[in-house]
Amino acid sequence: MKIYVPRDAAARAVGADAVADAVLAEAARRGLAVSVVRNGSRGMVWLEPLVEVETAAGRMAFGPVDIADVAALFDSGWGAHPKALGLTANLPWMLGQTRLTFARCGVTDPLSLAEFQAHGGLAGLRRALAMVPADIVAEVTASGLRGRGGAGFPTGIKWKTVAEAGAGQKYIVCNADEGDSGTFADRMIMEGDPFLLIEGMTIAGLAVGATKGYVYIRSEYPDAIAVMTEAVVLARAEGLLGASVLGSGKAFDIEIRTGAGAYVCGEETSLLNSLEGKRGVVRAKPPLPALHGFLGRPTVVNNVISLTSVPIILDKGAGYYRDFGLGRSRGTIPLQIAGNVRFGGLFEVAFGLTLGEIVDDIAGGTASGRPVKAVQVGGPLGAYFPRELFDTPFCYEEYAGKGGLVGHAGLVVFDDTADMLHQARFAMEFCAIESCGKCTPCRIGAVRGMETLDRIGRGDTAAIPLLSDLCDTMKAGSLCALGGFTPYPVMSALTHFPDDFSPLKEAAE
Amino acid sequence: MAHDQDPIAARVAEILAAHQGLEGPLLPILHALQAAFGHVPQEALPLIAKNLNLSRAEVHGVMSFYHDFRAAPAGRHVLKLCRAEACQAMGAEKLAAHARTSLGIEWHETTRDGAVTLEPVFCLGLCACAPAALMDGKVVGRVDEARFDALVAEVRA
Repeated sequence: MKIYVPRDAAARAVGADAVADAVLAEAARRGLAVSVVRNGSRGMVWLEPLVEVETAAGRMAFGPVDIADVAALFDSGWGAHPKALGLTANLPWMLGQTRLTFARCGVTDPLSLAEFQAHGGLAGLRRALAMVPADIVAEVTASGLRGRGGAGFPTGIKWKTVAEAGAGQKYIVCNADEGDSGTFADRMIMEGDPFLLIEGMTIAGLAVGATKGYVYIRSEYPDAIAVMTEAVVLARAEGLLGASVLGSGKAFDIEIRTGAGAYVCGEETSLLNSLEGKRGVVRAKPPLPALHGFLGRPTVVNNVISLTSVPIILDKGAGYYRDFGLGRSRGTIPLQIAGNVRFGGLFEVAFGLTLGEIVDDIAGGTASGRPVKAVQVGGPLGAYFPRELFDTPFCYEEYAGKGGLVGHAGLVVFDDTADMLHQARFAMEFCAIESCGKCTPCRIGAVRGMETLDRIGRGDTAAIPLLSDLCDTMKAGSLCALGGFTPYPVMSALTHFPDDFSPLKEAAE
Repeated sequence: MAHDQDPIAARVAEILAAHQGLEGPLLPILHALQAAFGHVPQEALPLIAKNLNLSRAEVHGVMSFYHDFRAAPAGRHVLKLCRAEACQAMGAEKLAAHARTSLGIEWHETTRDGAVTLEPVFCLGLCACAPAALMDGKVVGRVDEARFDALVAEVRA
């Protein structure tokens, strides 16, 4: 009997390790031969720990499983039980998705290279090894893939710049500094399908002529660091990484590096400085990292989800991927639904769903049962959307048109108890704490922003134009997105929820 | 200073030797020092500077830039509570207030018995099972006041 208990951090955070131990102990007590596989997460976090049992009909899901349920689940023969959910593949959450990047996540043992290959892994890399580098770049360009870290820059064009940057040492740097609140797609795929990232980075290396890759993972992700580190060791032992990738004679190797708690290091030039062992201070662009990146060498800096979307593009072809999506947003996007929601987790789908469909239908509204007041899309630098904007389709340009951003596709839902003045102040406070200090609009502006919002909170409405003016300065004058985008949550809160900024607020309460 | 007379210098020298040949070795070295000592001892900074051909000020500048590196030892257990938006939406601020009151400390402080250091963290990627915490590197989700109290009681026992 094969039983799956996820090893994903979100599952472990709600007791998966204890459940796995209890399953093994109960099986031993009953003299049953049971093997427990620690898989990745299926993304249904509200059902974690989600335990699955392999049957002739497919994998049956049970969740959320508590250690107190384990004996009764064995009594029922893992059949009729209040926690039984039916076939995992038939759950509405799974049926509604288009899992391209996350196809294997939660299905396989993340650290089994054999299972990875049995489920389609390495097909993209094998095809890339038979292609000339320029054709790999062309395939990625034709797919329409855009950087999934937040900026949305076409991945193929970035690769082309690095590929044409002449000979000499080049690098692939994977940005796994996923610091935006409400986002966990990078973490989930690294913990649930680490060889996919290795495959994507290796393809990138072949495409641009880089032989060395770094994965910069934030220190707040100890589980992801452990899984990736182990996966790299296994990949080297199996000849997937090293002097001759899959015996091709082409070299590529990867090193895992750990961040140190600085949010700004998710910005690509800060990340490069940090990787070089410097303060994580933003660099002015140009020169572009593509030409003058890690240690001054041509460097591809790509987000985890960008790189893990590459293998399927090479495997199935650019057209297959490009056919999903809407407008200039092609392919699929792993939505990360979080905060005050009934059904939170990861939902991979083609671009184009409206915000209302995501929040009301997929997430099922709030966990508290109260009305939704605001949804922050794209992390701490993303705008707060009110219900009036719930018809916005989930695409890069459409969100920009509404004064927001898709970012890394995290959505944080707030119920009507949220105080938007308070949220605006937090955005400024966060910017002040995390500013690298290089440019004045961010370093000083964030502190002045907090003070100004405190004035407004005390009923001084004359400070509102000052706040708008300050936000304009930060937006136009900051070197990077931290200072430049902090005005998004602040101004969207002010624009869409003016009542929370009114001196009548306290009188009304 | 002879290494056999100074255990800190000896351990620092070992860590420096283990990181020879890395590209951009400073963060890995600081992480290794913190793992070995629980903090980055000030005595280590000039040794790192000499080894990497940097000024002592540069090494200090890097160490002090990052929230993770501490110049003094923490309590026996480090509890990080998430303060970011997804956790806020599920009551993280109320939980943080409870944490500070019940431990009798502010952020970055250590309880009088030396058991727990309380640190803020901005996102642990556990946004769909918020509020989230990290106790000595172990992830904990859906933390309410009762679960918080149990976590603290467990490490104090």
